[in-house]
Amino acid sequence: MKLSRERLIQSDGAVSVLVVFLGFLVGTILIALVGKNPLNMYKAILQALSGYNIDNGKMNIRYIAETINYSVPFILCGLSMGFANRVGLFNIGGEGQYIMGMTIAQMVALLGPQVQGLHWVLAILCAIIIGSLWGGLVGVLKAKYEVSEVVSTIMLNYIALYLSRIITLQMPGATTYKTANFPETALITNDFFTKITNYSLLNNGIFMMIIAVIVFWFIMEKTSLGFGMRATGFNKEAARASGIPVVKSIALSMAIAGAFAGLAGGIVALGSFKYGRVLSGMDNYGFDGIAVALVGNSTALGTALAGLLFGMLKNAQALMQSKQIPKEITFIIQGMIVIFIALRSALILYQQYLDKKKLQKEVGVK
Amino acid sequence: MILGMLPSVLMIVAPILITAIGGMICEKSGVVNIALEGLMAIGACTTAAAHVLMEMAGVPHTLSLFLALFMGLVVGGLFSIIHAVAAINFNADQTISGTGINLLSTGVTIFASQILFNADRTKEFMMGMQTDALGIYPTAYIAVAVVILSWFLLYKLPFGMHLRACGEHPGAAESVGINVKKMRYFAVLSSGVLAGLAGGCVVLTQTIQYTSNTINGRGFIALAAVSFGRWNPLGVTGAAFLFGTAQAFAIIANNVPALKVLPSEVFNILPYVVTLVALVLFSGKNYAPSAAGQPYEKGAS
Amino acid sequence: MSEYAIEMKNITKTFPGVVANDKVTLQVRKQEIHALLGENGAGKSTLMSILFGSYIADSGEILLDGEPVEIKNPNVATSLGIGMVHQHFKLVQNFTVTENIVLGMEPVKGRVLDLKSASKRVAELSKQYGLQVDPDALIEDISVGQQQRVEILKTLYRNANIIIFDEPTAVLTPQEIDELMEILKALRAEGKTIVLITHKLREIKEVSDRCTVLRRGTYIGTVNVSDVSEQELAEMMVGRAVKFEIEKPEKLPGEVMLSLQHLEVKDENGAVKIKDLNLDIHDGEIVGVAGVDGNGQSELLGAITGLLPLSGGSIILDGEHIEQLSIRERIEKGLGYIPEDRRKYGVVGEFSIAENSAIKSYYKSPFRKKFGILDFEAMKKEAEHLIDQFDIRSAEGPVTKAGSLSGGNQQKVIVAREISLSPKVLVVAQPTRGLDVGAIEYIRKRIIDERMKGRAILLVSLELDEIMNLCDRIATISKGSIVAVNKQHEVTEREIGMMMAGSHKEAQA
Repeated sequence: MKLSRERLIQSDGAVSVLVVFLGFLVGTILIALVGKNPLNMYKAILQALSGYNIDNGKMNIRYIAETINYSVPFILCGLSMGFANRVGLFNIGGEGQYIMGMTIAQMVALLGPQVQGLHWVLAILCAIIIGSLWGGLVGVLKAKYEVSEVVSTIMLNYIALYLSRIITLQMPGATTYKTANFPETALITNDFFTKITNYSLLNNGIFMMIIAVIVFWFIMEKTSLGFGMRATGFNKEAARASGIPVVKSIALSMAIAGAFAGLAGGIVALGSFKYGRVLSGMDNYGFDGIAVALVGNSTALGTALAGLLFGMLKNAQALMQSKQIPKEITFIIQGMIVIFIALRSALILYQQYLDKKKLQKEVGVK
Repeated sequence: MILGMLPSVLMIVAPILITAIGGMICEKSGVVNIALEGLMAIGACTTAAAHVLMEMAGVPHTLSLFLALFMGLVVGGLFSIIHAVAAINFNADQTISGTGINLLSTGVTIFASQILFNADRTKEFMMGMQTDALGIYPTAYIAVAVVILSWFLLYKLPFGMHLRACGEHPGAAESVGINVKKMRYFAVLSSGVLAGLAGGCVVLTQTIQYTSNTINGRGFIALAAVSFGRWNPLGVTGAAFLFGTAQAFAIIANNVPALKVLPSEVFNILPYVVTLVALVLFSGKNYAPSAAGQPYEKGAS
Repeated sequence: MSEYAIEMKNITKTFPGVVANDKVTLQVRKQEIHALLGENGAGKSTLMSILFGSYIADSGEILLDGEPVEIKNPNVATSLGIGMVHQHFKLVQNFTVTENIVLGMEPVKGRVLDLKSASKRVAELSKQYGLQVDPDALIEDISVGQQQRVEILKTLYRNANIIIFDEPTAVLTPQEIDELMEILKALRAEGKTIVLITHKLREIKEVSDRCTVLRRGTYIGTVNVSDVSEQELAEMMVGRAVKFEIEKPEKLPGEVMLSLQHLEVKDENGAVKIKDLNLDIHDGEIVGVAGVDGNGQSELLGAITGLLPLSGGSIILDGEHIEQLSIRERIEKGLGYIPEDRRKYGVVGEFSIAENSAIKSYYKSPFRKKFGILDFEAMKKEAEHLIDQFDIRSAEGPVTKAGSLSGGNQQKVIVAREISLSPKVLVVAQPTRGLDVGAIEYIRKRIIDERMKGRAILLVSLELDEIMNLCDRIATISKGSIVAVNKQHEVTEREIGMMMAGSHKEAQA
């Protein structure tokens, strides 16, 4: 019994399940407190998850597809935060990297060569590259000038936002909120998906996301590059003394992290909107990606699962609203999850307290 | 023209400055608070909601303004307790807990609006704060008072010396009998209270209601002002002025032909670029309190 | 009136995983200098932190002047007249001397700080006790010895009658140590009671009246210092007969393997930390670098290993210049390094023993396969081998996290890794710091084995005993330069001590 409690406290997976549970618990209580029926929230979630509408017994696979589609940017931005986190950095800059990826993808979609099979590839590649440059810049500032990545990424998020507006407002057909539509060749829609999922927005981005998850896992867990990065993340000084090029590790890890977020921006632009958006505020995928990575303990699989959870919540928002549940409850749940993750350090203190008590018993303190 | 802009610059600077001073006090005690943005939003929402509800209930205007601001301040302080508990009692990662509050604030504020007003924003109030004979909002005077008080507290009173010691070397503070946890609680709560107050100032001077876009990065600009201002009241004031002026330009640029050659976004970007460049240029010497951001475990040396 | 100023009876204190004090008793007479002796981890500092109120004992009682007291926090200790001079100074770097001294008990005018009268009071105190410091200087601008005086003044400002000194000489130069000994005697003459925490026998013999010995958290005994020899004290401390000498077979040194020529290192502010430093190390010999902490040892280590940039001079390893090479390239050329702070520089706590063993060679065959894929099984196999060979005690073998190992076993992991890489030159810093006697002897034996294999070894240590015991030649470092190099049997500890202080001319002659 005692052993199993220790095991649970030390298991990252179990703690993640616990914090998610606590987040939902707070959400449920809050809904009940304001006099709504929490059951409606769970009905919406069930529908987002399975496509099954419990009230009228109808099944619509589109909901599942939308959940997956929403989860794509969450997962990719989660990978962005997670990758940097494994190297000991806190990447709040996923949002900026995402915005830059989106902006460039929009630009290439509108101005690039309209060649079937090349156009969208080019747009996606450019999104990945600009994302990695935007992230890599943070890495260089951190590694060379010891500028805190927390501060620099926050700054770069807003720089990206306004830069995106400046650029996008120059695009063909730009009004104050959108540009002209993208040509067909720039889109990443998948006709097969569209057909079988009742016209959901699910697109080829899902394949890119899956590849990204595998790339994350492979680099981090299997390769010599990942070994050096993990060592840097755990103990930078020891890694450096052991000959691991930590400056390179840090800069490169931020560049890879940025690539994931940039890709997310490209996919959202070409897959979900099909026209360029003049942003008036943040999309928040980058910020939510922080929560996704934290819930997923910055592992590839964990982040993918946590991203699905967040995608499901986002998809459930409209359904909740139609059931008179304010959709913002999902943001509250997400926020509470992150706060509970911060509080998990309390578990360590609790474990230390237990160890101490045990020892005191052994040496016979009254 | 520049002088004519002064009132609007002050209007924009005041909340940023108030928040930044709170953030500075917090970091001086050794706790980094990146939740300023979220706490401002919470204060803004509370103030907007309280004011419009009191307006509807027929509470006299001035009293309503005062009470609404006070409530924003209190609720901001209450939410900052989350950060205090996490950072001070549980040695949590301060960046994570701050991020959590920021995420939570988007949800909580709009959720509350949904419940109170059945909309994703608070109902518009009829009248916000009024300017004085010089065209200046009272928020500017509040900001000046906050700066002076914070300076007096930090540098003239034993209390402030204790607080600063906690941020530089909590072990030293503890060894001479200063209660590090208490000081840090005070500091985190101050930052919450001031951010909440500042959020209310934004709402009552710059808009007519709270929306998810009301704060729009002002808390992060305040955070930037703390480091750009090198953690001292005068520097932070200067930084807030610089950043606020840039923001004011972004808003005014559209009406001034001479500035129209540049997209107004250029001015929006300015504070962030300036801070980033400054951080690189001054990277050699670290002005931040030495223990900022690190959990303090009692007895550890 | 009690005979004792302090009585601590049956004190027990536990931390997660450790019993730091197990029914310990300490009785200190009035106006004596009472030494508290023990190895690292014997529980001395914990016991004194309890007396000072930084920790609260799980059980036991404390009497001051015969009266039972409850010391819940440092404030209570201060009001009872107890002061403490901490080993790691508790000083705020960017505060002035005065601000640090009055912190927590500031004089006020009305409610506002009155730093002017504070500064005056500090000047008076420093004059009264002969502790010279500038009251208005910033802590970051004054020397370590002066900072210690500030710590002492802090206790005097609070009217302490009992002053605890925690390892006060660890960071001082020999001259500063002499001055401190005089200060201690002066304080005793002024009527203060002093507890001196130390593991240095010589200091105890020099100034202490009585001495209490702790070992692994338990009370061993209290003796009159004049009644016992250093040898006897050492045996009480360690728990068995101590061999001061280690067996070290003769070995003739060979070629120069590492040559340091005109090294110069500056810190980030441009201050010169190492100046024209020259030293040759031959294969098959151990060269020790002796010196007072802060005379350029860590900069020297940093310069050789590549952790710090070199601003001038050359480092030649087996005939090749390596001063321009990266850390990894130096390792590949045959430079091994056993760092001083093993948790910070030696191991990655969250990595397994296997990963830590491979951390310097993971990117090469046999660990790295095609496409950069790592062979973790090969790492485990190699680690199993090292665990066997170096007697590393772990809970789960190669997959045990290094952070969960004891200090001694962590050090063994590092030593095993470095030796398994067959370096030409092995740089060793403070290899036995914080280890128990068993581990110390084992590590020293391994270092000597490497010498017998013909490796060139550079040993940097603050423990003069260790250097005298292990080394063939001893280079004394002072103010960033090697002031003399002597064969081990041609020099005495006393002479080295003199040279460490910078007065090398007489000693060389």
